[in-house]
Amino acid sequence: MVELRQLRKTFGPIVAVDEVSFTVGRGEVLGFLGPNGAGKSTTMKMITGFLTPTQGTVTVNGFDVWKQPLEAKESLGYLPEGAPAYGEMTPLSFLMFVGEMRGFRGAELSRRVSEVMEKVNLEGVAHQPIDTLSKGFKRRVGLAQAIIHDPSVLILDEPTDGLDPNQKHEVRGLIKTMAREKAIILSTHVLEEVHAVCTRAMIIARSKVITDGTPADLEARSRYHNAVILRLRGPCADGVQAMLQGLPGVESAEALDGDAMEYRILPKDGQPIIGAVSQCVHRHNWDVVELSVEHGHLDEVFRSLTMPAQALT
Amino acid sequence: MGRVGVIFKRELVGYFATPIAAVFIIIFLMLAGAFTFYLGDFFARGQSDLIPFFDFHPWLYLVLIPALAMRLWAEERRGGTIELLFTLPVTLWEAVVGKFLAAWCFTGIALTLTFPMWVTVNILGEPDNGVILASYLGSFLMAGGFMAIGSCMSALTKNQVIAFVISVVVGLGFILSGFAMVLDLFSGWAPQFVVELISSFSFLTHFNALSRGVVDLRDLVYFLSLIGFWLFATALVLEWKKAE
Repeated sequence: MVELRQLRKTFGPIVAVDEVSFTVGRGEVLGFLGPNGAGKSTTMKMITGFLTPTQGTVTVNGFDVWKQPLEAKESLGYLPEGAPAYGEMTPLSFLMFVGEMRGFRGAELSRRVSEVMEKVNLEGVAHQPIDTLSKGFKRRVGLAQAIIHDPSVLILDEPTDGLDPNQKHEVRGLIKTMAREKAIILSTHVLEEVHAVCTRAMIIARSKVITDGTPADLEARSRYHNAVILRLRGPCADGVQAMLQGLPGVESAEALDGDAMEYRILPKDGQPIIGAVSQCVHRHNWDVVELSVEHGHLDEVFRSLTMPAQALT
Repeated sequence: MGRVGVIFKRELVGYFATPIAAVFIIIFLMLAGAFTFYLGDFFARGQSDLIPFFDFHPWLYLVLIPALAMRLWAEERRGGTIELLFTLPVTLWEAVVGKFLAAWCFTGIALTLTFPMWVTVNILGEPDNGVILASYLGSFLMAGGFMAIGSCMSALTKNQVIAFVISVVVGLGFILSGFAMVLDLFSGWAPQFVVELISSFSFLTHFNALSRGVVDLRDLVYFLSLIGFWLFATALVLEWKKAE
């Protein structure tokens, strides 16, 4: 539904986006990750047709964004960063305006506006100027205008940025319910969000796509992938750490907190080691408080992929 | 109603949703009145026409219209709504024209509200209402010219103060190029056609012709093509500076 081919954007000598190519299909929720200034927003702005690329093409639903901009924009909904809206308007008048711009009139227009207001819970503030609304409501107004025409492609630039946990949960729920029949691209700084809503994650750094896979793929790249956390009730026999380290498939065991007898056991090459650890626990009859498998730390993967090599050391 | 109409409606309603409308209209009417009666000696002249009223319009517009125009695009860019607008299915040209027409129409409303002036002069004497109508037309067209310049300057920058100042300076250029004082600078050495060319670019030359009651097609074409030119420039500037 969305196809980017060798997309490149330069601002003078600065390369903002460098040869980015990918496709996103119906039912996919692609999470764009990357440090600030990595080119996420610029890429999104080119997909929506706001910025013209220096090179490359974008097609939305088969329409070239620059050759047939109106057709492409019709099947596209966009929430720009910070959810800008005309502050002096009320959510109702603003959504009416966007709906009219999208070509809806009369009963169809009112139906769509009330439907979308219900979907994002805006009815309570329908008649207040947008300027006076809280950040959460403003974001919902932005979301509402992006989905009023039920687009098949949705581009959301940091949809949950600045929202409180409840609002985040709501917005994510909304995205999930829409995900089935749409192609959605969203950018975020919040790594947990990738888990919560995305079917696919892409890390962009230094203007290039660095990884592209499922959130689980991304986690598997963490050195903590399949690591086991083991906490025992002390006092316990000495040499627990050495025993753990000696288990097959174990790379190392590090004590997280010496007094509390808490260890993180790291596997060799990300292989599952929970079996070996639990057998060892049984054998020695240790009094276990906690035993769990880690999936991997996205933030650690993110850091190791996006930071220049010398900065890591 | 097309997309130009939808933008036009939103913008025009927007003026009245904020204090801009009230402030602009009140100041415009007060200044227009003050200039006419105090500086223009409306009563002492003892003539039943609106020349002292219309004579001050270029100067009123020079300051007031850039104040209105400065927000046209600068505000969209600062607030980020420009991104919203141009990702809706709308062409650059439709947006530029829609916003301009709303702003122009708003000045038209302010101008229409000066009708008590016309009523007064008709009570006091028997003016040539054809001349007054032509003057209103000229004034409205000139307002459009100033507005189109302001639109382009507003597209140049996020900063409304800068947009205002540059608009005033460019507008001043378009007024002064008809002044004898400025033309004298050129008439000494430049060929006659250059002097005429400079003078023909002036708002004053064309506005004065209309306010004498002569509705010449050339004056209409001048103002309309001037508006067209500056709106075209607005679209070019917007396209060029979108990324910023």
